[in-house]
Amino acid sequence: MTSTTLVPDRPAGNRRSARGGLPLTRVSGLGLGVAMVWFSLLVLIPLAAVAVTASQGGWSGFWRTVTNEQTAATIRLTVGTALLVTLVNIVMGTLIAWVLVRDRFFGKRALEILIDVPFALPTIVAGLVLLSLYGPGSPLGVNIANTRIAVFLAFLFVTLPFIVRTVQPVLAELDREAEEAAASLGASRYTTFRRIILPSLTPAIAAGAALSFARAVGEYGSLVLLSGNLPMRTEVASVRILSSIENDNPDSAAAVAVVLLAISLAVIVVLDVIQRRVMRRG
Amino acid sequence: MSIEIVNVGKRFGDFVALDDVSVSIPSGRLTALLGPSGGGKSTLLRIVAGLERADTGKIEIEGVDATGLPPQKRNVGFVFQHYAAFKHLSVRRNVAFGLEIRKRPKDEIRRRVDELLALVHLEQFADRLPAQLSGGQRQRMALARALAVEPTVLLLDEPFGALDAKVRKELRDWLRRLHDEVHVTTVFVTHDQEEALEVADEIVVINDGRVEQIGSPDELYDRPANEFVMRFLGPVTQLGDQLVRPHDLQLSTDPADASGVPGRVTRVTRIGFEIRVEVTADDGQTVTVTLTRNEFLALGIQVDSTVRVRLAPNSPTTTTSAPAQRAAAPSLAATH
Repeated sequence: MTSTTLVPDRPAGNRRSARGGLPLTRVSGLGLGVAMVWFSLLVLIPLAAVAVTASQGGWSGFWRTVTNEQTAATIRLTVGTALLVTLVNIVMGTLIAWVLVRDRFFGKRALEILIDVPFALPTIVAGLVLLSLYGPGSPLGVNIANTRIAVFLAFLFVTLPFIVRTVQPVLAELDREAEEAAASLGASRYTTFRRIILPSLTPAIAAGAALSFARAVGEYGSLVLLSGNLPMRTEVASVRILSSIENDNPDSAAAVAVVLLAISLAVIVVLDVIQRRVMRRG
Repeated sequence: MSIEIVNVGKRFGDFVALDDVSVSIPSGRLTALLGPSGGGKSTLLRIVAGLERADTGKIEIEGVDATGLPPQKRNVGFVFQHYAAFKHLSVRRNVAFGLEIRKRPKDEIRRRVDELLALVHLEQFADRLPAQLSGGQRQRMALARALAVEPTVLLLDEPFGALDAKVRKELRDWLRRLHDEVHVTTVFVTHDQEEALEVADEIVVINDGRVEQIGSPDELYDRPANEFVMRFLGPVTQLGDQLVRPHDLQLSTDPADASGVPGRVTRVTRIGFEIRVEVTADDGQTVTVTLTRNEFLALGIQVDSTVRVRLAPNSPTTTTSAPAQRAAAPSLAATH
């Protein structure tokens, strides 16, 4: 690393107190520049473009679109189900990660690989699998086609690995002696989990939950076959966006997209706040 | 007797960690479990704490049969080599942990934690996180945390093993003084014979899953029960078929003196205040003798001097089955 600074005449202390960082070196300056260009091209500019398209009809146009009865229903269903699925994942994902790290059993390796299947599987294939298992011709005799349960199930299927995979490495690295110390200080297994283990896992759980929620909100392929896309009942936001585009109404599509974006952002921020709280509380 | 360990055995697969170990640990004293790594001493400590379950045998703590009790019910304080700090909690909350889960009143907890932090000299670090402390400070915090619940026994597993030499020596002295203040029955595991000899009232030497000897530091040093204890507690050299301490050997240059073994000085090494003289006896055996600088100067010997080696009266010896060190082979016996 070179120590040449871009602004050598400015005392470092000043900048540190003002901006909380050191002056950039040439190399790290270049790195930051590349990162920002990359990020802008891929994320910021497209997002801005969506926001601009959404604002074409003005505030009233935007408001009319998103409060349209059918659109509002899709957003409610999507966000509501995504939240529910994320909650389920927080419990089940942590539990599966726990079993994979702490327990030894026959077939553990196979299970480890199977966990990733929802990642690896093209979502439309997942949709087909779900349709053949839980559709009208179900071999299990369970037919949930054209119901909201189908949406819930499809979300669950595709988001399963997120929390498992974020929690697993953290759990594996956890200091077992801290747990033993807690036990010898008189803490029950539950208390040890809640006060010692959980605070260490929360950042990972929160990160996995954010990913899981974001994935669910945008899910399309895995549910489109099984849910039936019934307006006001099982239609989700992504399907609504697609039909807006097909009906040559990109403003409306963009408006829904902006709402989803705002909600996702809000959820990520809330999760971050919760995570910080839990970590401090201990 | 505070801790009664009766016929305890423990295996990990094929490996025998403890083989029918029985030890009585007296109340209110500082006892060291001393032995080489992998000898089973940590396993024994963990079995006493309930962190490991013995395959056979019985553990009694203060007259209560603790064999089947979980660690939560044993009321022991345990200090780990690598601190086992609760990383997300401040020093104060770490120390308070045991009291908090016992649901003691808030002001009582605060008072007790303040007391303990003063005892371990961490008052000004109360609100720091463990990561912001040095190793020695972290270990003192761990000790305060273990003492907070007023345990019947305090168990320390290689408590200074992760610290550098200087801090280790300081903490060792400090632990001794702390024990004289608090008087809780304390057992600590160490592989460092100097640490055990310096700090402990009583030493249990454990090797290969068995107890080799139990006794005070003086007893162990002056009357080692066997070759292992003799070798483990300090440097040894071999004179005939006897293992002896190099500093218990005397050299004589008086040609009229007929005691001891005749030989020739082959090497002289000085390490600070100590002079290490290697003598090759006439039968070819190499004996290491350590002298103080003054003794060495008074003798006036150098390489190739003819000397006689003899053992000072009342020195500890054990017979050994090991073959004698021969000349030419580099002497390793004294480097223990």
